[in-house]
Amino acid sequence: MPQQSDPQSHALIACENVTKTYIMGTQEVHALRGVSVEFQRGEMTAIMGPSGSGKSTLMNLIGALDVPSSGVLKIENRDLSSLSSDDLAGLRNAKIGFVFQQFNLLARASALTNVKLPLRYSRVPTEDIEARAAHCLELVGLADRMDHRPMQLSGGQQQRVAIARALAGSPSIILADEPTGALDTKTSEEIMALLTDLNAEGITVILVTHEQDVADYAARQLLFRDGEIESDLRGTS
Amino acid sequence: MKIGVALRSAIEALLANPLRSFLTMLGIMIGVASVMAMMAISEGAARQVDAQISALGANNLNIRPGASRRGGRSGGAASDQPFVDATVEALRDEPYVQAVTARINGTGNVVASELNWSTSVQGVNADYFITQDWRADEGRVLDTADINGSEAFAVIGQTIADNLFEGSSAIGQRIRVNNVPLSVIGVLQSKGQSNFGNDRDDVVIIPIGTARNRVLGGHPTTPNYVAAIEVGVTPGYDMELAQEELETRMRTLRRIRAGADDDFRVFNIADFIRARSSTQSTFGVLLAFTAAVSLIVGGVGVMNIMLVSVTERTREIGLRMAIGARQVDILGQFLIEALGLCLIGGVIGSVLGIGAAELASTLGDFPVEISPTIALISIGASVLVGLFFGFFPARRAAQLNPIEALRYD
Repeated sequence: MPQQSDPQSHALIACENVTKTYIMGTQEVHALRGVSVEFQRGEMTAIMGPSGSGKSTLMNLIGALDVPSSGVLKIENRDLSSLSSDDLAGLRNAKIGFVFQQFNLLARASALTNVKLPLRYSRVPTEDIEARAAHCLELVGLADRMDHRPMQLSGGQQQRVAIARALAGSPSIILADEPTGALDTKTSEEIMALLTDLNAEGITVILVTHEQDVADYAARQLLFRDGEIESDLRGTS
Repeated sequence: MKIGVALRSAIEALLANPLRSFLTMLGIMIGVASVMAMMAISEGAARQVDAQISALGANNLNIRPGASRRGGRSGGAASDQPFVDATVEALRDEPYVQAVTARINGTGNVVASELNWSTSVQGVNADYFITQDWRADEGRVLDTADINGSEAFAVIGQTIADNLFEGSSAIGQRIRVNNVPLSVIGVLQSKGQSNFGNDRDDVVIIPIGTARNRVLGGHPTTPNYVAAIEVGVTPGYDMELAQEELETRMRTLRRIRAGADDDFRVFNIADFIRARSSTQSTFGVLLAFTAAVSLIVGGVGVMNIMLVSVTERTREIGLRMAIGARQVDILGQFLIEALGLCLIGGVIGSVLGIGAAELASTLGDFPVEISPTIALISIGASVLVGLFFGFFPARRAAQLNPIEALRYD
């Protein structure tokens, strides 16, 4: 049953009957079959579901990396389907911080340079970039590792650098795609604690995972199956 | 697009693979060096031709008698009825004539005290020094009074002065040319080698009357004979028009009936030299073309390595897009990388090209002309190659789908 969404809503992210269809050769793949969901400012949500259930597709749409085949997707009341690819890039830069399973750091660059990267594409004045990037690394507890290259850092530290990079543009949303997928249990706990702290400071966090104990950090859990939302559970964690 | 960001990313990428960057640059370096060397060499050759033309008088038309034909037998070059002093004087008032001089040439044995020297002797009018733009280095040249009086004066070239007077002044000295005593009134400025390889300074110039009557000897049948006429065309006057008008005037003077062939020939020295050097410049164009081909091959190398670089860095491109790089940012980053390769290669190549041109000049003994323009053209060509061959890989990078790029292994 599609949920009713309020047109006057001030939800941070609002999806209304969003579908996404890919053409694979001659076959149409319905990755999302009419999803309506809202994410409020300051929420922390875990999206779960088996592979191919549509959770990654939804993440790509929310991350403004792709546009829906039909339906309406609004971020801060801006309809993404009306935006050009440059506008989408600007929106990603200003509003969204990405955290990936494989960290996706530039191997040749220091931690500080990696964190500076999104700021270089932003409107932040050049002279402020260094200080902001350094501040973000301090927030994730890597003040003493700024000059280290990714190779010289542990997996957990690399993911912290990636989180610092996601924070650099002062985003309202952090999208984390399997953020602990490449980490051991103890490090996973540290990373989830960090994301929870950031959420407590008001940043909306949406993460994709298929580990229940990781999902349990989130107050809200969405379960996807076959391109639709199977359940939307809110609890107190 | 943020130039600073693109520039920094490009430099980081080039330094990440120094050997690969260097090898790619090598292609551009060789291309630019050969373009540069070829341009320097053909420019040098062109300058040499220009220098020869101006040394012989760029605005000069020469008139010589034609080849006589009697009963189908050709008398050889300039065997037709010779010109006379009156022919020269008749041309003097034509509007296109700035200066006109008669000439007869011969050889003479020059003796000064105990030394002697075999040289070329020219009998001329005063205007000769105008048409040839030839001034005295010391003393003076012949003037109209000297010519009209058929004075026993001589103006000598630098080679004669060096060989017969060895440092002491030749002015006022007596010389004997073919046993005729003459006094030296001037030493000419040096003109160096002519286009034909002979020494233009190895000459004694005397009034035409003196040459005809005493030093070289006259024509068996024509008392006031003139072997050739040299016309300096009024500056600004169209050379082809002047040549046509001169031919018409000469036909009247030589009383040639309508329809009959000319018994004289007018030639443009500058055209003659240009025609003579046209094989040389064709060769130059061919060499420049070969050099350009090697530059293009270098460009293909750049394109190849840029495509490899784009493929290798697909995930990086995806990441940059995810965190807010626009297509134009990615395009700029890779374009600047290609441009950087070509520009650095171009600058190093230009230095190598100058070296190669200098080396060729020393070994092959021909002139090279290296100007800032040539260096700018060479480096500019390398930048164009960078833009052209860098664009396709850069556009390919910019058009990647960020989702697929992020997932790329």
